[in-house]
Amino acid sequence: MEKFIYLFRGRDNDLQPNSPEAQAEMKKWFNWIDALNKSGNYVAGDPLAKNGKTVSGKKKAITDGPFVEAKEIVGGYLIVNAKDINDAVELSKDCPVFDTDGKVEVRPIQKM
Amino acid sequence: MENAEHIEINQTVDHLFRHEAGKMVAVLTRLFGFPNMEQAEDIVQDTILRALESWRFGKVPPNPRAWLYVTAKNKVVDIIRRQQVRHKVENEVSFLLQSEYTLVPAVNEMFTEDEIKDSQLRMMFACCHPSLSAESQISLILNTLCGLNVHEIADAFLSNDETIQKRIYRTKEKLRNEQFSLVLPSPESMPMRIETVLKALYLLFNEGYHSSHPEKLIREDLCEEAMRLTLLLTENRKTDQPHARALLSLMCYQSSRFNARLDEKGSIILLKDQDRNKWNRFLIEKGNEYLCHAASGDIMHEYHLEAAIASVYANAPSYADTEWKKILELYNLLLSINYNPIVALNRCLVIGETEGYDAAIRELEKLNALENNYQYNAAMGEMHFRNGNPADAKRFFSVAIGLTSSGAEQELLMNKISRCEITE
Repeated sequence: MEKFIYLFRGRDNDLQPNSPEAQAEMKKWFNWIDALNKSGNYVAGDPLAKNGKTVSGKKKAITDGPFVEAKEIVGGYLIVNAKDINDAVELSKDCPVFDTDGKVEVRPIQKM
Repeated sequence: MENAEHIEINQTVDHLFRHEAGKMVAVLTRLFGFPNMEQAEDIVQDTILRALESWRFGKVPPNPRAWLYVTAKNKVVDIIRRQQVRHKVENEVSFLLQSEYTLVPAVNEMFTEDEIKDSQLRMMFACCHPSLSAESQISLILNTLCGLNVHEIADAFLSNDETIQKRIYRTKEKLRNEQFSLVLPSPESMPMRIETVLKALYLLFNEGYHSSHPEKLIREDLCEEAMRLTLLLTENRKTDQPHARALLSLMCYQSSRFNARLDEKGSIILLKDQDRNKWNRFLIEKGNEYLCHAASGDIMHEYHLEAAIASVYANAPSYADTEWKKILELYNLLLSINYNPIVALNRCLVIGETEGYDAAIRELEKLNALENNYQYNAAMGEMHFRNGNPADAKRFFSVAIGLTSSGAEQELLMNKISRCEITE
């Protein structure tokens, strides 16, 4: 088993908190992660808020926000255990992000 | 602020506390793990206090239960986010609490009707762990599942607050030390484990039904709690055993007579003299229904026989038309499964009806190991009285009176003694 990270982009974060739509959305993520845990693949993960700051360069310049197009913002991440990259890709296919036409970037954790 | 309104709010919260605190403690203990039970209880206590504060200056919300759940859920989520759960615990849900993707849905899920019931069942099996004594089990059930405070439990068992406090504290500590986890027993160990649970509920019901309390002869609240928990067992596929249904049936028959058992002054009315119209038909029907559904499997349990005996009594049109022979047969069977001197004592009273009072007295004399038991002396007195021997009857009644702490029982015996004196 090897570790992979899923980066989710284009997740719909604009739902009104506690609205039925938001709850239905949460339930989908819950079910997917619960299933990944039961199959022994889940390691960790969290959704990310849209705001934040970027610290960059040697000067460590601080700017507000990630400054990319809304649908390119990383909306969350998940770390999973999978046999190989193909297995990791296969496991990502049930991710609810696809329901809102988003994407999952599947990246192996680099061994150093 | 009107005082009456104040009292009303207090009563609402009291009522809610009884019914909801136990559920919430079970749910939160399952979420946080058994080692964090105390923290779960603190959160519930805090939620109740907050309800009291918020409702004091306004109206009680239309759905106070939902209000309590939302408040408790918010507290739970907050504590988890701040990583303030006291003891680190790994259980089937802990991973769901670590991710923001799953935290809130997982907590919500735990507060659904089915999961609340499941948590209560798990807690019931924890409270009735075989390593605990019966009295510890019952105290813990009343405290954690029924929301009774230490004082109320002490009152129910004629004990003092300190003793009960210590007992509950030690019981919880023992369960914590045994690394106990809140899961339902496996199917293999279920029959053995459920036996302990049913026994505790049976004793709890009996404590309510034959209360040893000086002023309250029937503690209906205790009976109600025992029935509520037994019903919960029969509603779950894993815990719905035939003898659980038999026990529930027995409880239904017994409680059908609540309104007929005491007169307005709280004095005891004997079965013979009860107004059968005051028996609760609904509960008798329920008793019949559960007993009918209990007749599966190949084990004849004591509860089956006790329920069957209660069924004959409950379905008899009058005292005279009671099928005494059938009752006697059931008693014989019951004693052959498990000999119990009090059951043997009750059998003697049935013999009084089938073979006469002389025969009953001779049978009772064989049970003289019970001579310091008030029921034995009361039964002896009654049989002698009916047998036309008021002098002996009076002697036994007088012994019995010194052996019971219940005011209503004492009053009944006093009346019997005066009846003896009139007849003498």
